[in-house]
Amino acid sequence: MKYKIIKIFVLFLFITTKSYAVVSVDITRGNLDPLPTAISDFYLDSKLGENIKKLELEKKIPEMIKNNLSRSGLFFSLEKKSFIQKPEVAHNKPRFEDWAFIKAQVLVTGKISLEKEGKLRVEFKLWDVVSATELSALAFYTTPDNWRRVSHMISDKVYERLTGEKGYFDSRIIYVSETGPKVDKKKRLAVMDQDGYGVKYLTLGNELVLTPRFSPTNQYVTYMSYFKNMPRVYLLNIEKGTQELVGDFPGMTFAPRFSPDGKKIIMSFAQEGNSEIYSMDIKTRVVEKLTDHPSIDTSPSYSPDGSYICFNSDRSGFQQIYTMKSDGTNVKRISFGEGLYGTPVWSPRGDLIAFTKLYRNKFYIGVMRADGSGERLLTENFYQEAPSWAPNGRVLIFYRETASDKDGKGGGAKLWSIDLTGYNERLVNTPTDASDPSWSGLLSSK
Amino acid sequence: MQKSLRTSFIAHFIIIILSSIALPFLLGKVEAPLMISVDLVQIGEKTNIPYAPKVSDGQKSEKKVKERVVTEQAPPKIVPKEKPDAVPMPENIKKIKELLEKRQNPVKVEDLTKQTSEFEKKEIFDPNKISALIDKSKKDSAEVNNKTSLEATQSQQKNIVTSKLTITQEDAIKAQIFKCWNIPIGLPYNENLTVRIKIKLNPDGSLVSSEIMDQARMNTAGQTYYKILAESALRAVKLCNPLKVPSTGYEKWKDMQLNFDAKEMLKG
Repeated sequence: MKYKIIKIFVLFLFITTKSYAVVSVDITRGNLDPLPTAISDFYLDSKLGENIKKLELEKKIPEMIKNNLSRSGLFFSLEKKSFIQKPEVAHNKPRFEDWAFIKAQVLVTGKISLEKEGKLRVEFKLWDVVSATELSALAFYTTPDNWRRVSHMISDKVYERLTGEKGYFDSRIIYVSETGPKVDKKKRLAVMDQDGYGVKYLTLGNELVLTPRFSPTNQYVTYMSYFKNMPRVYLLNIEKGTQELVGDFPGMTFAPRFSPDGKKIIMSFAQEGNSEIYSMDIKTRVVEKLTDHPSIDTSPSYSPDGSYICFNSDRSGFQQIYTMKSDGTNVKRISFGEGLYGTPVWSPRGDLIAFTKLYRNKFYIGVMRADGSGERLLTENFYQEAPSWAPNGRVLIFYRETASDKDGKGGGAKLWSIDLTGYNERLVNTPTDASDPSWSGLLSSK
Repeated sequence: MQKSLRTSFIAHFIIIILSSIALPFLLGKVEAPLMISVDLVQIGEKTNIPYAPKVSDGQKSEKKVKERVVTEQAPPKIVPKEKPDAVPMPENIKKIKELLEKRQNPVKVEDLTKQTSEFEKKEIFDPNKISALIDKSKKDSAEVNNKTSLEATQSQQKNIVTSKLTITQEDAIKAQIFKCWNIPIGLPYNENLTVRIKIKLNPDGSLVSSEIMDQARMNTAGQTYYKILAESALRAVKLCNPLKVPSTGYEKWKDMQLNFDAKEMLKG
């Protein structure tokens, strides 16, 4: 007995009360490569009529989704030739191994079937190939000729489900189309889908037009026109084609923009060499003067909640960016870098302000936080300006002019887009030279 | 009288025997080389920061010079965290080695290994790890660590042995997952979106199971970003299956917690 007690005692000396912790590894890096995405052809219901089958929507819709997603820079579309599964099988229950084999991480499938009264039902599913699950599924009802909109809306849904932010594919861009010789350029307002399709001209080109901007409802456009050689701000109803003068100012008004609620237009009014910022209520026509300074104040842009305005001013001696409350108080300079800053525009997300910067004879498009910190220049060129945000605040569109050669040839303006990483820079195709682009909001959210 | 004398003698004898085993330093038996831990041998020359077992009371009271060694040792430890994609590159190892050689007396390297590294202290007091401990204890409470008895005596002072991967092993695992992880770059950089994933591995590194530790948050409204990050993290774990794992120490890495945090990357 005694021995036992001693034995236990001895054993006890050597036993430690050890616990065991799970190894914990911090993963703070990953790759920012585009996500490998397979977009399968859609499955076309055999009951569809020949006239619809002829449209080949089962190929065209996925193709357009593919173009949209690839252009965003966030997705890498895999080659269709490598797809093994038939669209029908893939849409109902994909064999994930087949898709994992070609290194796809996500898969988009779809089905087009007939709904009543000649309407189509376009259904899509988004699959996580690696985790072998369905991420989302949705159906749209539409007429066959509206397939482009549907493609854009599906692209937006896929984008949103995989990135966590809203898409921007179902949107339009308004810009100034430029034709003719350099000395006598014809400038017309033009509007198109964000992918460059379906250009429509809104003005005839008799007068010079500049700086068109969409209203939040995308129904109106405000812009500056040299109608009767007097540069003033106008308001155009895109759907009705009517236009009217904004405010009765005894001089030149320019740089207009809508407030986020669409009820006001903010702009600059120049008189006797001084320009101040004014806002005007569209309904009541009540005008409010927001700045009062002997320097030039211009290019106002509201914050998305409408409580602040950013603008540029040379009150410090050089053109810099300032913010103020929307009633004109609390003016604060936010840009302090070398060079000149112009065309500030507040991101729809509210976190950033995009701008054009001129520094040592080069033009930059850049962004900074709303308090002026974290300035980042995204692109540098001979001449470029006027950034405008995509509805999700991730992509900017602007225009760039290349230098003409010594014979004065070339050197037209083109639209370009760039995302916040500064890497994904792309030419936006337009049938003519183009400047002053402005991105609309999402069409489907209105 | 005689009986009690005998009992007393036997009792004393037992105590002396016991203390000679349990408290060997009293007899001057302990030689410094004995204290070199098994882990140190494992890491060998590939590790930039030596894995350091616990300090014993005796060493703690030693000169300040040695404490400085600890602090000098700490900064390089951060290196793999800041540039974690660089699994100790040969030139880094060389640099750090040179640094260490400059700063320390090579003869005292053995003492060095007895210092408590800050890395480990962190490990002990990290609340996350404690919760991991609790989780773990449910399933594997009977698990026994197969460390050497020497380490066991050291551990008596703290009661917790943290089983850690060496920096090299940790970096090797990190590097693999970095490659597999496509960060959803639309996520905001200013939100706290760390996704913790618990994985279980086979000895060959193949995945037994992976599980998001905060599953409830996945389906909470307004947690879209978290959900998207978690889904991408799960994909990364599965794409990296099977993981290339160390050839030894299965007990250490068969359960792992991976903390996915894209903040630094998203800040740009």
